[in-house]
Amino acid sequence: MASAAVGTGSPVVKWVLRLLVVGYLVMLVAWPTAYVVKHTFADGLTGIQEALADPDVVHALKLTAQVAVLAVMVNTIFGVGMSLLLVRYSFIGKRALSVLIDLPLSVSPVVVGLALVLVYNGRFGWFGPWLEDHGLQVVFARPGMVLATCFVILPLVIREIVPVLEELGDDQEQAARSLGANAWQTFWRITLPGIKWAVVYGVVLSLARALGEFGAIKVVAGNVGGETQVATVLVQQKYQNFEQQTAYSVSFMLVFAAVLCLVVVALLRPKDGPKEGKEQ
Amino acid sequence: MTWFSLLVLIPLSAIVVKASGGGWSTYESILTNANTRAALQLTVVSALLITLLNMVMGTIVAWVLVRDRFPGKAVIDLVIDIPFAMPTIVAGLVLLSLYGPQSPIGVEVNSTRWSVLLAMAFVTLPFVVRTVQPVLEELDTDVEDAAASLGASRFTTFRRVVLPALVPAIFAGAALSFARGISEYGALVLISGNLPRRTEVVSVRLFSFLEGGNTEAAAAVATIMLMVALLAIVALDVIQRRVARRG
Repeated sequence: MASAAVGTGSPVVKWVLRLLVVGYLVMLVAWPTAYVVKHTFADGLTGIQEALADPDVVHALKLTAQVAVLAVMVNTIFGVGMSLLLVRYSFIGKRALSVLIDLPLSVSPVVVGLALVLVYNGRFGWFGPWLEDHGLQVVFARPGMVLATCFVILPLVIREIVPVLEELGDDQEQAARSLGANAWQTFWRITLPGIKWAVVYGVVLSLARALGEFGAIKVVAGNVGGETQVATVLVQQKYQNFEQQTAYSVSFMLVFAAVLCLVVVALLRPKDGPKEGKEQ
Repeated sequence: MTWFSLLVLIPLSAIVVKASGGGWSTYESILTNANTRAALQLTVVSALLITLLNMVMGTIVAWVLVRDRFPGKAVIDLVIDIPFAMPTIVAGLVLLSLYGPQSPIGVEVNSTRWSVLLAMAFVTLPFVVRTVQPVLEELDTDVEDAAASLGASRFTTFRRVVLPALVPAIFAGAALSFARGISEYGALVLISGNLPRRTEVVSVRLFSFLEGGNTEAAAAVATIMLMVALLAIVALDVIQRRVARRG
């Protein structure tokens, strides 16, 4: 028997909604994105080749990759630890903490940058002078850029892991412990395999975000071409200097990386979905 | 925990401390500065408009994604996430290439207020869709069938049965997209043209304070932004509760 639920009947309404959604998304996202691809390959591969011949571009891309990978690594370790803390232990202020975790999502990147500059600046920051005395320059150098990226991607790994950990429960962990496994073994053999896929999604998502961070890094890193300039800042600079071809080429590479990350997540997800369904 | 406070809590409190260091006069001078006030106004109004748009469009998109079936749906699902993963500066560039000078479709919005709306709509697209979608998936069609069999029209069924279940998710998404909207920087910096009093948004203003070395003013503006974001999130939460109770 045909369901009478809303949206399954009336073909007119269905088509109107379909067209509305597809039209909106095409105008807003798909078409502009496709247009960048077209721009990049307007003269075949020469645009990209020229861009890659520019030492500033190569340096910026390398730096972006280094900062992103480092930040994602730090963030993953921290994220797993934090998720375990949030799910498996109860302590005062836990609710507040879980609200605060989401904070970086709603703080402007420029504000993030400003906050980090205020604390870690070598001249008047809170910790900056002390750190600089110990030979560690944070702001206008790589550590600051990694910090800024970590701030921005902080919630992504945690948000993926926490629901899975809650779903799993701690029966198996208790069993393992009662059979004599120590904390490390329990984590390595029981907990980690359970949250494996959540960690992978989190890492891929945060990698996509880390590669594209702009505002926070721009504030923290300064903008020294060939030194602390990352790819996103380079795009802006090249565009404003009317080197549009280079700007489009670098943009294309960044978009390509971002979409690749999304495709990886989309491909991983269904594989995991049915398996979880069966277990329940 | 230490890492978290070093990374997030201490820097954020540093802003507030820095801003209050100048006392009330810093805020006063900022709020009386016409450029800054215009930027604040523009940002908040645009973000509100976009949030409303997202609440409607996001729900429709989620609806089509969950209830409708047609070839290419998986692609649409992917497209939704692009604004989230795409670098914001590239988002600005991307929009500029289609809606900027030499626009192939003859729509030029760069350096107008429309461009601010456009860029905000782009970056906040995924939020409402992604919060409503899972709730809609969980929702059973049985209740809707029951309502329909009792003689409710489609519209009534939607309004009285489906919508109340979606309201919390819609508002949660709206809060996220508002917060993102007022804080957006990268996507706006290229397309909006940053004309003071016309298209300059708060985060761009903040950045120019920073470049000018006026850290105190920057911190004060940042505090105001944090407050507005917090206020909006709380307000949306209150509205959502009220609506949920009535529904």
